[in-house]
Amino acid sequence: MPDKTPIDISAVTPRRIDGAVHDSRRHESAHKHVSGEALYVDDIAEPAGLLHVQLGLATRAHARVLSLDLDDVRRAPGVVAVFTAADIPGDNDIGAGLRHDEPLFAEDVVQYHGHPLFAVAAETRDQARRAAQLAKAEYEDLPAVLDIAAARDPGTLVTPPMTLRLGDAEAALKTAPRTLSGRIKIGGQEHFYLESQIAMAIPGEDEDVLVHVSTQHPSEVQHIVAHVLDIPDGAVTVEVRRMGGGFGGKETQANLFAACVALVAKKTGRAAKLRPDRDDDFRITGKRHDFEVDYQVGFDDQGRILATDMLFAARCGFAADLSGPVTDRALFHADNCYFYGNARMSSLPLKTNTVSNTAFRGFGGPQGMVAAERVVEEVAFATGLDPLDVRKVNFYGTTDRNVTPYHQTIEDNIIGPLVDELEAWSDYRARRQAIRAFNAANPYLKKGLALTPVKFGISFTFTPYNQGGALIHIYTDGSIHLNHGGTEMGQGLNTKVAQVVADEFQVDIGRIRITATTTGKVPNTSATAASSGADINGKAAQNAARVLKARLVEFAAGHWNVPQDAVVFTADGVRVGDQLLTLREVVKAAYMGRISLSATGYYKTPKIHWDRAKGQGRPFLYYAYGASVAEVTVDTLTGEYVVDRVDILHDCGDSLNPALDKGQVEGGFIQGMGWLTTEELWWDAQGRLRTHAPSTYKIPACGDRPRQFNVRLVRNSPNVEDTIHRSKAVGEPPLMLGISVLHALSDAVASVADHKICPQLDAPATPEQVLATIERLRERTA
Amino acid sequence: MAHRTTIRFLLGNEPRTLTDVDPTLTVLDWLRGTERRMGTKEGCAEGDCGACTVVVGRLVDGAVKYEAINACIRFLATLDGCQLLTVEHLKRPDGALHPVQQAMVDCHGSQCGFCTPGFVMSLYALNRAEAAPLEGVLDEQCIDDALAGNLCRCTGYAPIVAAAQQVRNRTPDHIDDALPSVTRALAALADDAVVETGRDGRRFLAPATVDQLADLVLSNPDATIVSGATDVGLWVTKHQRVLSTVIYTGRVAGLARITDRGDALELGAGVTFTAAKAALGRLHPDLDELLRRVGAEQVRNAGTIGGNIANGSPIGDTPPALIALGASLTLRWGAQRRTLPLQDYFLAYGKQDRQPGEFVESVTVPKPGKGDLFAAYKISKRFDQDISALCACFLVTVGDDGLVTRARLAYGGMAGTPKRADAAEAALLGRPWDAAAARDAKAALAQDFTPLSDWRASAAYRLAVAGNLLLKFQAESVADAPATRVLAQRTQGRPAGCDIAKAVPHA
Repeated sequence: MPDKTPIDISAVTPRRIDGAVHDSRRHESAHKHVSGEALYVDDIAEPAGLLHVQLGLATRAHARVLSLDLDDVRRAPGVVAVFTAADIPGDNDIGAGLRHDEPLFAEDVVQYHGHPLFAVAAETRDQARRAAQLAKAEYEDLPAVLDIAAARDPGTLVTPPMTLRLGDAEAALKTAPRTLSGRIKIGGQEHFYLESQIAMAIPGEDEDVLVHVSTQHPSEVQHIVAHVLDIPDGAVTVEVRRMGGGFGGKETQANLFAACVALVAKKTGRAAKLRPDRDDDFRITGKRHDFEVDYQVGFDDQGRILATDMLFAARCGFAADLSGPVTDRALFHADNCYFYGNARMSSLPLKTNTVSNTAFRGFGGPQGMVAAERVVEEVAFATGLDPLDVRKVNFYGTTDRNVTPYHQTIEDNIIGPLVDELEAWSDYRARRQAIRAFNAANPYLKKGLALTPVKFGISFTFTPYNQGGALIHIYTDGSIHLNHGGTEMGQGLNTKVAQVVADEFQVDIGRIRITATTTGKVPNTSATAASSGADINGKAAQNAARVLKARLVEFAAGHWNVPQDAVVFTADGVRVGDQLLTLREVVKAAYMGRISLSATGYYKTPKIHWDRAKGQGRPFLYYAYGASVAEVTVDTLTGEYVVDRVDILHDCGDSLNPALDKGQVEGGFIQGMGWLTTEELWWDAQGRLRTHAPSTYKIPACGDRPRQFNVRLVRNSPNVEDTIHRSKAVGEPPLMLGISVLHALSDAVASVADHKICPQLDAPATPEQVLATIERLRERTA
Repeated sequence: MAHRTTIRFLLGNEPRTLTDVDPTLTVLDWLRGTERRMGTKEGCAEGDCGACTVVVGRLVDGAVKYEAINACIRFLATLDGCQLLTVEHLKRPDGALHPVQQAMVDCHGSQCGFCTPGFVMSLYALNRAEAAPLEGVLDEQCIDDALAGNLCRCTGYAPIVAAAQQVRNRTPDHIDDALPSVTRALAALADDAVVETGRDGRRFLAPATVDQLADLVLSNPDATIVSGATDVGLWVTKHQRVLSTVIYTGRVAGLARITDRGDALELGAGVTFTAAKAALGRLHPDLDELLRRVGAEQVRNAGTIGGNIANGSPIGDTPPALIALGASLTLRWGAQRRTLPLQDYFLAYGKQDRQPGEFVESVTVPKPGKGDLFAAYKISKRFDQDISALCACFLVTVGDDGLVTRARLAYGGMAGTPKRADAAEAALLGRPWDAAAARDAKAALAQDFTPLSDWRASAAYRLAVAGNLLLKFQAESVADAPATRVLAQRTQGRPAGCDIAKAVPHA
């Protein structure tokens, strides 16, 4: 029994725990990141006899495989085994949703340049890489559809399209005082997580296999591995301590690598690891979908939008993957913050002979929002109003004009006051004047300014994914072992969930042991995606902690003979009646009293429902808001530009961790800016991706960050919904703040035609794209 | 020639002597594969992301000079005579984080953490660079340049820049404490022997003198001559080429010499971009700016002027500038030397005027004189650490009568070689240097070039910008010219410290 030391409670100074919720606590692994001690999959000690695996890739975009001669591969130095589709004991199918449209290894037909045909396992990675080049394949070329333009005619879809309708768009467009139409092209984006895809499998006894893999979705990897090997899910354990970045690129894309190493491991009885070279990673993993959006808008002379009709054509690649929900989410965000009154929006998820596109931070939402902002910009140029004024006049209302095209009523709208605050804080109007003066005085350099808002719906639109689980053990020394279904990819999820649990037990966060996500502890988890990580796993962990606390309270009350409400977890210890005990003392007593010190927790998001066929429901629990003002300077002789200044105001509700959230806002903004500016994916006429490494694919570098970068979180704005400590999700929404840069560039370009013509600047706005747009405007005004 | 068959260097303070070293084994693969030091990461294996950044110390004029380099494309054997520092060396002996590491933690400079060790090493190199001011706000340009070769996909860089600011006041650390003994150890490793190692019949040769180099190249005409390996490294990591004989020039005393000949600068082939930037930058600010934008810090510390010329790439950034300035190239074959105008070295795509057994020894760059107008422009999707879509360097001499007496318009990225625009030059000669002349020269470019379309730019863009840059050059040469450069705009009137470092305001 612990010592019962009576103390005078009143003499104890209330103490705040280290790492409480709402504190700017550092990332739980920060000290390991900076010292190189944080272990990623490739850093885990390799089991003896580990085989290194590489993939053999197709060299045609669309072709029948007439023959595949792997003799030279097998004979190459160090090669232990070679596997093709014929060696797969289960189903040759690794796609999300198991539609049989995405094989692990292509068989009779290859559907994109880079399609994996086989895997080779060798003693060293170098040997495996060299051997993989020695395959001799004979192909019979088939017609290859490489881009959206080419895909429209056959019009083959990878997944059923969706249409949303609000009011009667067709009729309202006929009666609107003014109408216009146009098309915007929006490029795709490579995730460029710094840690490329990787998986390592360790075979166990019977059917068991353990897979260490860099994935956002361990449960799906587990299912896919089991499916490919034809073994029960329960035989497969998938473990993820951390990823070196994910951004959606490891939601489904890890399936291939995990399934491949699991196959090799079970076939050879040796551990197997597959780490593709960066170029292969680029070639064979999906990217953000590029879109072409056709729009028609009806409006009045005050710039008020009366109706929109929009068609979202997306390059999906050869298989469905997540293209259905991605193109759906594009439609869900094609209103952004604007009430259209009457709207029709449809998706066109087109099949192409390119790598199958996938999730990427925002998940189609950014493309929808870019289209919305183009529509607003067109209306601004048509009416001669400042785009900001057109934006404001079309903002959703709070009590009326608040129904979205998918018939969800917006109940938490704060975009109006948020934008007002940002407009004042950023000095938008005065800078608008200063920029006009600068442009008048400068023949070669032109400045541009734009404020764009963001409203992003939070919840998976696939309703069953909106559930989370957690597992907490308390050991008899009082240390707390925390596990949950979410994965850490840098966003600080583990830190936030640990803060939640620390807060429940009122212990310093250092007492919480953060552990690797594993399907063996918390099963049937959802992908860490849709910005939902902290929302669902934080709530689930809180639930587990409360279950344990309730047990301890009940036990302590009985054990020390006090009322249950006299047992309180405080920062100084557990107050039990008039005595203060350490958690360790309470836990030890509970163990002796035969109380279970392990509990699972669970959470499912309330209120949401969605009927896709009808296009109606409440897909989102709530919305996150934000806005950004960007100022740029453009060289009108070369199209080069710099981002001079950016001011951001972003809504994280009552932030769980303002420092981490600010990191998400800044990083998301820069990633969104990169998508719309320098990040250009370029395929050649043979369907080969030629921008397949950082030497050719240019994400923002340090010098590209705005030199003046002012970022604030909205103050005193708790979530109206009962989310974890009234916080809001933050992973994806800030990416779309980067749209302000595209519009600032457009504003600068427009100055060459005295702001009379909407530039219709497409994305990515590379220097070449900017110059071409400038020249087009000059020709029209010449 | 004295031969040594061992590779000797310091890993931290620990002496290492290796034999039978694979000539193209990279520092990164050795660290991770052999030493199992897992802090240094592979992000791209082509020297473009910086996740593998390590710091190499080498003796320069008796003092240890520390520079960040990419371990992924650097061959291990080239570290002979150097000290290698990795992220694992930064923690203090008592286990406490180094100030640059602590600053990264304090400023929330890591998210996923994978790029972080590389950033930490670049920050460490910046922190101990001579250029860094000891107090006061570190110039943001200086920070951007130091970090341009490190990509981060999570943070957006602001907190990392804040960390760089936090550690600007440097105090001696445990690495400084060891400096006297390290200096002695490195001095003891220096010798005049030809280093020879290798395995499986492949050889690595590292001479110590120019004459040794000349003999080795002559007797191994098929050898691959390697300086910084910032290109050859990719032949190995990306194309998996097997190099049978590698001759490394980095140990050669005298090859990295810069000599001022009064009206010209002579740069040895082994002069790094970093060293060339300092020397050429004094001739003209555009040369400083052009060299600032060659690769990034890690690449400039390794790559050389000689390598940039010798490999004959049509998109190397220094040849257009050197051609515009009228540089001449000295090649050496055994004891013989020959000199030719640099432009004549580039015969065709992939073909240069270099015979087997011959190597580039030096390049001589005439200094611009009175009446010379000069400009250098690099156009790429991204300003930092990018390869040119096109590079344009112009030298125009205007006589006392106001007429153009000399025009040297050199372009990269417009043809299979770095090439002068003959027709455009002809359009300028003998004419007043005015906008009309520039417009005519622009129109003449269509006769000079039929550029390619590729992922860096379309042919139309290349040709349009090649011409527009002539207009820009002319506009800039007028007194009181309006602003023409966006990068200069960025650094103008900006407060060095923005609020990126401030605490997060939150209720």
